[in-house]
Amino acid sequence: MISSERIPNNVDLHCNKRLQRALEHWQPRYLDWWHEMGPQGFQHYHQVYLRTAISVDADGWCHYDYVKMPEYGWGIFLANPVQDRTIGFGDFFGTRVWQEVPGEFRQPLKRLIVLQGDTEPASVEQQRLLGKSCPSLYDLRNLFQVNVEEGRHLWAMVYLLHTYFGRDGRDEAEEMLDRSSGDADKPRMLEAFNSPIDNWLDFFMFAMFTDRDGKSQLMSLSESALDPLSRTTRFMLTEEAHHLFVGESGISRILQRTCELMKSHGAGLSGDVRRVGGIDLPMIQRHLNHWFSESVDLHGSEVSSNAATYFGNGLKGRAREDTFDEHRALHQSYQVTAFDAGGFDTRTVPLRNAMNEVLRDWYIGDCEAGIARWNRILEKNGVGERLFAPSRRFNRKIGIYAPYHFDPQGQPLTAEQWAAHRHEWLPTDDDRAYLASLMASPVWEPGKFANWIAPPLRGINRQPIDFEYVRTDN
Amino acid sequence: MEQSIVAPPIRCETHPDRYRHWRLSCDGQVATLTMDVTEDAGLRDDYRLKLNSYDLAVDIELADAVERLRFEHPEVRVVIVRSGKDRVFCAGANIFMLAGSSHGHKVNFCKFTNETRNGIEDASRHSGLRFLAAVNGICAGGGYELALACDEIFLVDDGAASVSLPEAPLLGVLPGTGGLTRVVDKRRVRRDLADVFSTLVEGVRGKRAVQWRLVDRAVARSRFDETVQARARDLAAASDRPDGATGIVLGPLGIRYGADGADGALVSLRVERQARVAHLTVAGPSGVQPQTADAIHAAGDQFWALRAFRELDAMLLHLRLNEPLIGTVVVRTAGDGDAVRAVDATLASLAGDWLVREILHFMKRTLKRLDLTAKSFIALVEPGSCFAGCLFELALASDRIYMLDDETRPTTVALSPLNFGPLPMSNGLTRLDTRFLGEPQLVADLAEEREPFDPLSAMDAGLVTFAPDEIDWDDEVRLAIEARAAMSPDALTGLEANLRFAGPETIETKIFGRLTAWQNWIFQRPNAVGERGALRAFGNASGRAEFDYTRT
Repeated sequence: MISSERIPNNVDLHCNKRLQRALEHWQPRYLDWWHEMGPQGFQHYHQVYLRTAISVDADGWCHYDYVKMPEYGWGIFLANPVQDRTIGFGDFFGTRVWQEVPGEFRQPLKRLIVLQGDTEPASVEQQRLLGKSCPSLYDLRNLFQVNVEEGRHLWAMVYLLHTYFGRDGRDEAEEMLDRSSGDADKPRMLEAFNSPIDNWLDFFMFAMFTDRDGKSQLMSLSESALDPLSRTTRFMLTEEAHHLFVGESGISRILQRTCELMKSHGAGLSGDVRRVGGIDLPMIQRHLNHWFSESVDLHGSEVSSNAATYFGNGLKGRAREDTFDEHRALHQSYQVTAFDAGGFDTRTVPLRNAMNEVLRDWYIGDCEAGIARWNRILEKNGVGERLFAPSRRFNRKIGIYAPYHFDPQGQPLTAEQWAAHRHEWLPTDDDRAYLASLMASPVWEPGKFANWIAPPLRGINRQPIDFEYVRTDN
Repeated sequence: MEQSIVAPPIRCETHPDRYRHWRLSCDGQVATLTMDVTEDAGLRDDYRLKLNSYDLAVDIELADAVERLRFEHPEVRVVIVRSGKDRVFCAGANIFMLAGSSHGHKVNFCKFTNETRNGIEDASRHSGLRFLAAVNGICAGGGYELALACDEIFLVDDGAASVSLPEAPLLGVLPGTGGLTRVVDKRRVRRDLADVFSTLVEGVRGKRAVQWRLVDRAVARSRFDETVQARARDLAAASDRPDGATGIVLGPLGIRYGADGADGALVSLRVERQARVAHLTVAGPSGVQPQTADAIHAAGDQFWALRAFRELDAMLLHLRLNEPLIGTVVVRTAGDGDAVRAVDATLASLAGDWLVREILHFMKRTLKRLDLTAKSFIALVEPGSCFAGCLFELALASDRIYMLDDETRPTTVALSPLNFGPLPMSNGLTRLDTRFLGEPQLVADLAEEREPFDPLSAMDAGLVTFAPDEIDWDDEVRLAIEARAAMSPDALTGLEANLRFAGPETIETKIFGRLTAWQNWIFQRPNAVGERGALRAFGNASGRAEFDYTRT
């Protein structure tokens, strides 16, 4: 039975017949999906020290306890309403936000929610085998925390579909469980979510860069005129922050360990680190290049009619819309650096059509700040090499740069030049084989860490680092 | 004021070697037409053809490919229409191209694309060439209409691929290539379901698309190609295309276009700009004509009947696309009427041959193109003309026929078997049947008449409009042309379209009739193209559409 006790919520589930009916059907299918497609090998006997949101109050969303993952309290939470909130951008600027979906925008809103929702279970599926190569119980717990919260984010989107989109919404919610990452017949909607993530370097990079795209998207949706969407995504952002922390700190700890290995073994160049079981900086840079460029792609085309429509209609805004001076964006323009056979060229496009690019600018700035923090670790350890974000033109599959090749500095290349050098810039089969061998055996012992990663500075929820973050039942 | 054509002239002749947007490959009985649109190779450079969206340049290649499949590849029985892009079949006509086009260009674009799709159905119905749409992803608007023109539609069932007609909800216009008509009339989708479908921007996916009859099968991605291929083989088995035949080559026409007209080997066009009149002259056959199927195959694209109608087709398209200010076309023929009738007799007696069949259908399609050209046509039967048989169809297709009655310089018109069946209009009737809708017995009587008609008997038989004598001729003709050229072109277009297509409705007449009446009206309305109209507002930074909500 569907009940408020089993499903923590602040949406009055106990008196919402429509939502109860919809969830009665959907929840068992969700649990089946979690069993089948969720973390493999940790479903029945393992208890994980997880944070569960039980309310949206300051401490309500960080309630920690051991829990078996299938029994996790996936809940439905909307951030507290903002009193008298008005629409912050677009053609309806200044008018009251919507508590119901206007019929006129039913389709694009549904599309935005389905696209966002589809990525949530997709990442759980991509990461389902990682538990078998974990570098520590601490990391294993962080992986699972990310996984259950991505699951909850799916719930959040399904709540919106069930509550505001009628039968169509219920069908879409079903189909989110039908599609699965990498499935030949029913793949996930976005291509970046269809390849497995089978090593922890990829996982941390994914959490750093791809989850940061999630943050971009959630920030822009949190500006939406549809108030329930805004409130849902605002609460999701609090959880997303932890995912970014897992990614950024994961790479920080790898960098720390790499520096230690370089120093302790007297290897001047990070390339030698491999001989002592570490991950060298060029390999880290290649993975950074891959995930950064893939996540840059997720922001869409530079010039987009959909983006203009979404903005104009108040469906999807800019990250931190309140920091902009002008919220209609009607008469402004944006300079896009275009490229074709004739070389670079600056094109002026109406600002609304460039909203993807505006969001991408914010995203790249946010990434660069994180990379700067990584470089401080190298600096502190006296290592001269530095990581950097490749040019936004590098390795693109979507948008105006997609037909051409560019190096990480953004300089154009011929197809031959690209083929000759791409192995220097993107992860290679060798890299993958090396990482697979490095991570072949998991580390289960509390307080122990794999050779290629440093321990964290502190534990979760003020627990010690050697706390048993994941334990078996008996 | 002289309005010059700013854009370079549009030419509809092309060849697979020069395609930028399609790939045609033949493998035995199954050909594959792969749509892989080059974004920056449209007719103009103010839009990009993203997501396999198309403009006229793309459709010209499609039309060319379909013709070549009919003439050059008689061994092909099934054509798989697919996309070269991952998860995108075709996003339809390019919206930015439409938004930036003159009304005339939009109408010409829609008309040509409709003729191309009708050509696909014509090839299926009459030439045993079946079309199978393999829809692998986004299939919206004109993309779905292209699929609708095929015999069967297979859709990938991956939870994402859908078919849709989003024109009304998204753009405030209608599907322009027969989508609505074909949904209810060809695929026989229930009208209420069609109503839901045509107002859903996101369209319909998978099993529901099959249940609603919008597609024939929804197939899992992993089995899609194999299922399509298997179905293609089944369809091939049922085709009546010839075994072991060799196609002919459709060579370049070599028409010379100049400032005041165009010259082909058999058809010429002279333009009088000041008067807004063009003079179109078709030459009849001369010299020895092939009389056997083998001889026709050997003559190939130089055979008079094919050559003359291919040139005529090119001239009609040139008039439509590049001569917008020419409102009146004076149609003449030059040659020997008996020679035309002799060719007609050969064609009629060899109609079972695959190439003769194709030639006859090509003649039919070209004449339909004339019927559907929004210019006034006036046929002049003068001394030395050869309005006989298939060329008399040019006169019958014209809005009026003037025949000179001069004893010293005799003129005749004559009929052949081709006037009584093989060259029907889009209403399914012959031009004679349509002309004499109220007097069907007249047509039966005419079928018995072997002799040419002189002016008096042609008037008696109702085959010509007027037969002025030599004293009146010049003035009568001049006045008719000048009066015509002075009238409102909009009124004339509507008037002619009303009068040309008497008789029953077919899917084709519905498509063209509704296109002219509804789409062209909607395309002019502020709700679509006004400052705040939906078509203008789409994807535009200037804000959302605002409608005048008045209805009648």
